[in-house]
Amino acid sequence: MKKNRLAFRSLGAASVAAATMLSMMSASSATPKPHFTGAPIKIGISLSLSGDFSADGLAFQQGYQLWAKDVNAAGGLLGRKVVLDIKSDASSPVQVVTNYKTLISVDHCDLTFGPYSTLLTLPSAETVQRYGYAMIEGAGGGPSIFQAKLPNIFDVTLPVSYDMAPFAKWVSALPTATRPKSIYYVTSNDPFTQPVVDTAKKLIGSSIKSVGYTVFPSEATDWRSIADQVAQAKADAVVLGSVDVPTVSAFMQAFEQAHYTPKVMIATAGPDQGSSFIKAVGAKNADGIMVPNTWYGESANPLSQKMVSEYVKQYGGSPAGVNADIAEAYTVGETAVAAVNATKSLDNAKIIKWLHSGAVTNTVEGTVSFDKIGENLSQIAYTFQWQNAGTKFVQVNPVSDKKSVAVELPKNAWGK
Amino acid sequence: MVHALIDGVLTGSVYALMATGLTLIFGVMEIINVAQGIFVILGAYLSYYLQQHFGIDLFAGLLITIPTMFVVGIVVQRLFLARLKGPEKTAMSILVTYAISLVIEGILNIAFTVNNVQLNASYTNKSFQVFGVYIPYIYFLGFLLAIVLLSGLYYMLYRTRFGASIRASLADQAAAALVGIDVKKVSTICFGIGIAVTAAGGMVFGATNAFNASTSYDLISRLLTIIVLGGMGSLAGALVAGIAMVTLEDLVGAIWSPVWSTMAFFVVLVIVLSFRPQGLFGQQSARAA
Repeated sequence: MKKNRLAFRSLGAASVAAATMLSMMSASSATPKPHFTGAPIKIGISLSLSGDFSADGLAFQQGYQLWAKDVNAAGGLLGRKVVLDIKSDASSPVQVVTNYKTLISVDHCDLTFGPYSTLLTLPSAETVQRYGYAMIEGAGGGPSIFQAKLPNIFDVTLPVSYDMAPFAKWVSALPTATRPKSIYYVTSNDPFTQPVVDTAKKLIGSSIKSVGYTVFPSEATDWRSIADQVAQAKADAVVLGSVDVPTVSAFMQAFEQAHYTPKVMIATAGPDQGSSFIKAVGAKNADGIMVPNTWYGESANPLSQKMVSEYVKQYGGSPAGVNADIAEAYTVGETAVAAVNATKSLDNAKIIKWLHSGAVTNTVEGTVSFDKIGENLSQIAYTFQWQNAGTKFVQVNPVSDKKSVAVELPKNAWGK
Repeated sequence: MVHALIDGVLTGSVYALMATGLTLIFGVMEIINVAQGIFVILGAYLSYYLQQHFGIDLFAGLLITIPTMFVVGIVVQRLFLARLKGPEKTAMSILVTYAISLVIEGILNIAFTVNNVQLNASYTNKSFQVFGVYIPYIYFLGFLLAIVLLSGLYYMLYRTRFGASIRASLADQAAAALVGIDVKKVSTICFGIGIAVTAAGGMVFGATNAFNASTSYDLISRLLTIIVLGGMGSLAGALVAGIAMVTLEDLVGAIWSPVWSTMAFFVVLVIVLSFRPQGLFGQQSARAA
């Protein structure tokens, strides 16, 4: 037994030595390392690495890490290396507050980036504001964020209340023969989601007869009976206010089991999670499902193409399968770089002032520029749809945009 | 409303199956296993792995996953829980099983990533019609599976010599030991059985919900609520409370609004506990059974 242990130890030591030598060899043959001056710049981030938002939290982590890697490869920020200090908040609005307090007062981070979701962003922004920090974020776009009128919050992504505008405009303007005759609105009461659906309902108005409006609690875990209610209404179109893949997946499964296929189905979040969505629902079932967003993996934006190419190289998959969260996180980083370089400082007061100046930054998500309450209204909302038996994720709205392709209408039957 | 009633009974029976393990473990060992949720998810991932890598059908795969989870349960009990003793045992068990839960969650996140997956088979999205109501095969099969397994558990408890040992341990561990029952062995096997049933519950859960390791948090809160309402340690209580919880939620959602579904259930829970603090089927009845 003792002999075996010794043998294992020797083997382990040899492996470590070999790995060290290999890494030294690869390091010496790679591109020259950037020369950093001064202590690293610490960026504090709380992310949902477990709990309800863990899938999005991980995607955000990948986006932030990809950005940090690129920044450091380009010489860092103000010549200093960028280090991410990421703490997990388990998707809890309470833990996220503790995390940011620790990141600032204990870890002495220089800058703070946002967590995932409107639910967690608002308490986070309020917390960092007390320390005079800017909160640049990409996933807190619900109205409650901007209603708080915090001076330190900057959401790089278009506010979610604008997300449904292209879809609403398109579906309302369809010729009578093809326009859905009835529509059902069903949404989680999450602060991100419900306002999106309510806005869509308002914009579509009476152009399509509403046959139902159901709100379910965000903590729901069993959606089947709610989905059955929707299926029984047999509406031509369904607008689903979802926050994640499991919600959309449960509704889709229940619809198929009830032999109900809406002609048009759009979900506020979930279908934009690329391969994660396809894995859960199956490619054929995904066909025809729509989702609003401001970015997708096959965007023609050169900055986006570069990031997507790096992401695919590092994590595998295809551009269509890249989660939009990645781009949102990366954009946060790009915006911070612009602010720090412009002010030549890590002084959060100066950074906040510059971000409010109306300066425009080009990012993977398009242009970023903030108004007085931290909204970025310079982006365009799009609608995307899974097509070609769920193998392609394409831009379908706004119709006026040349890059938009025709909407698959009506949606094919489930699994076809 | 009929839809909601049927949905409630079919789904509730699967929750009852998952909660049965939890209540059995508490009844015999006085351990509150807050890792039950992650064991359910582990069971779901085992089914997923067998299906993805070996093409094994979800139900056929239970012939592998149930014994596997039984062994996992035995190992966990021997390594971590058998050491818990004394008056602090129950409180300490919460901490220990929570730690186990976190470790398993971490391993699952590494092995399968945090991306949600769902178990799919030819029958998972199909349904049949009875008097105008579509009944999904997976829910119906899950219901049958729950009935078969719960009946099997019931038979074992009330018709076998080992069941008598369990019931004796449920009633009074010291007295059971005095009449020659190996309470330690009974506890170990009970924990194994309690974890083994999560393989079945996990498979049905995974075929009806997209999940990742974090889904276990939602599950454990529901499972604990079920056994509190049913009476901690009572098998019949778990079955009745599981079905009652989901059915009540579905009915409130259909008649009133889904927003009030969860609250309505908790109102009922508070009322029941006000009059029967030991839950519907109480500890005394289970231990006396």
